[in-house]
Amino acid sequence: MSYSGGRMLLSSQREGQVSRFNVWVTILVPLLALLFQIYVPLFFRFLNFLEMPLLVVVYLGLMRRNPVSGLLVGAAVGLAQDSWSKNPLGMFGITKTLVGYFAASIGMKLDVDNVLMRFILAFFFYVFHQAFYWVMERALLSQQSPFDLTGWLGLGVLNALVGAALFHFLDKLRVTA
Amino acid sequence: MESFLNRYRNITVLLLVIFAQLVLLAVQVKNDQNVRFIRVWTVTAVSPMARLVEGMRGSGISFVHNYITLHDADAQNRRLQAEVDRLKLENIFLTNELNTADRAKALQLFQQRTPSKTLAASVFSMGIGSSRKVVYVDRGSTSGVMREMAVVIPDGIIGKVTAVYPTQSEVLLITDPMFAAGVVSGKTHAHGTLKGTGTPLCRVDFVAFEDKVEPGDWFYTSGDDRIFPRGMPVGVVKSVRPGQPYREITLDPSGMSRGSPEDVLIVVDSVHQEIPDTPPANQQVYLAPPPPPLAPPAGTTNDAAATAADGSAAPAAHTTPGTEADKMHAQYQKAAEGAGMLLGGGPTGTTPTRPPDFTKLPVDPRTAIPGRGTAAAPVAPVPVQPAAVQPVPAPKKSTAPPVPAKGTGPADLKTTPDAVRRANQAAGGPGGLPQP
Repeated sequence: MSYSGGRMLLSSQREGQVSRFNVWVTILVPLLALLFQIYVPLFFRFLNFLEMPLLVVVYLGLMRRNPVSGLLVGAAVGLAQDSWSKNPLGMFGITKTLVGYFAASIGMKLDVDNVLMRFILAFFFYVFHQAFYWVMERALLSQQSPFDLTGWLGLGVLNALVGAALFHFLDKLRVTA
Repeated sequence: MESFLNRYRNITVLLLVIFAQLVLLAVQVKNDQNVRFIRVWTVTAVSPMARLVEGMRGSGISFVHNYITLHDADAQNRRLQAEVDRLKLENIFLTNELNTADRAKALQLFQQRTPSKTLAASVFSMGIGSSRKVVYVDRGSTSGVMREMAVVIPDGIIGKVTAVYPTQSEVLLITDPMFAAGVVSGKTHAHGTLKGTGTPLCRVDFVAFEDKVEPGDWFYTSGDDRIFPRGMPVGVVKSVRPGQPYREITLDPSGMSRGSPEDVLIVVDSVHQEIPDTPPANQQVYLAPPPPPLAPPAGTTNDAAATAADGSAAPAAHTTPGTEADKMHAQYQKAAEGAGMLLGGGPTGTTPTRPPDFTKLPVDPRTAIPGRGTAAAPVAPVPVQPAAVQPVPAPKKSTAPPVPAKGTGPADLKTTPDAVRRANQAAGGPGGLPQP
């Protein structure tokens, strides 16, 4: 369902509607995304490109339109992802904190129910997430990772496509007024 | 503050969360030197603050120490002041020593130059409780000092001895109103009488108004008073005012120009000198080094002849003697060559027929001595003047002193001043006193 009727920008903040979710949704959905990120690539390596925790953080940020809530969700999901990875705690945490904050901030300005807008935002935040993570790797871990912008853009498109579908599925978990 | 946090709540929470995760990250990650980032960041963040705090602490302590409590400043000030006082006294002492040495050197030079026989003395006391200008010197009758002896320094006359005691003497300075001495102008030879005025300046009386005396003219002792030898500098004319029948002349005594003297010379045997035409100059006279010995005359030696035959570029030999001794040597050499001999070199190669006749030498009228035939008279040695010469010029023509020296007879009065001086110096002891 659409709230905006084809427009991408909101004329006022009142025009944007805050989506509400049940508590179990806000806990379970990120947890499932993390489990997907951890276990699914073990069996299906081609799905390694998917960044499901990032897509969940972007969606929750966009829908709840609360920067503090968005950055807390991002920080929690990021730290959890760090804990299940070989990286030091905080690498994904800081990156996803910024993503959740910016997503919530942008969600107050844009019509996040628009499919194209969701695709664009998912693409943008994926590229931002990868670029910022690359910067932190070089700055804090002194790791010389390659700057693969083309790969980021291609994977960004794929994640945006998956994200648009995922967002449509998650819309069904919203609490209706 | 609360409104500030409400307004920037979102960004504040974001910064806090990111900061907390950065700290968490820094605890885990190490840098290339295997030091955790949390330690590196902490040290980097704390060091400037620690330096700032340490600087403030040091500055505060220094300020309190140097400006508030002034720790040790008073003791150090007293110590430095005492050292400054000690150095001042030492400086004064050394300066006096230097001045004494300079005065002694000047007196010694003056003693050597002046024909009069003098006795060095030191002023040890000024006249106390008296309006008279007198000083006391450390020489008395045991040193041969007598009343009415002149007291001088190289700059000029100082006074005269008015009382003699066994070991000391009283000297009346020329600034005393009771002092008088005969003086004469160096330029116009105008005679007058020097009198003290009780002030640093003196007065010259009894100079006729027709005598030309101008400020800047020098006055010398005339010897008329039979106390001061003639030719001693007295002073320079300060002012001249016309008067009838005598001029009123004010004189600045040169002997007192440096204040009361500390070392003086007592003239125990006066020798008169000529009145110099020019004022005494206080500049030292340069005395050139003696010339090198002359080369033998050309043609007198075989070497010179050989050199001339070779036509080498040897410097031109002296063909004419330079001094009287050289002239005499040339005359004797000529006489010896006539007899076929070479003075100091043996025969010239030819057999001498007879010894040379040195009684027939050509006579030089300047060196001829009456009654001595044609023999050349010996030339008197030329006295060598010291390198540093003091103001009084050398006497042109000396005359006998009016008062003969002690122990000298009338025959001595006819001798030259040099002879008198030599006799006095030969008779004097180490201190200049005549031997009994």
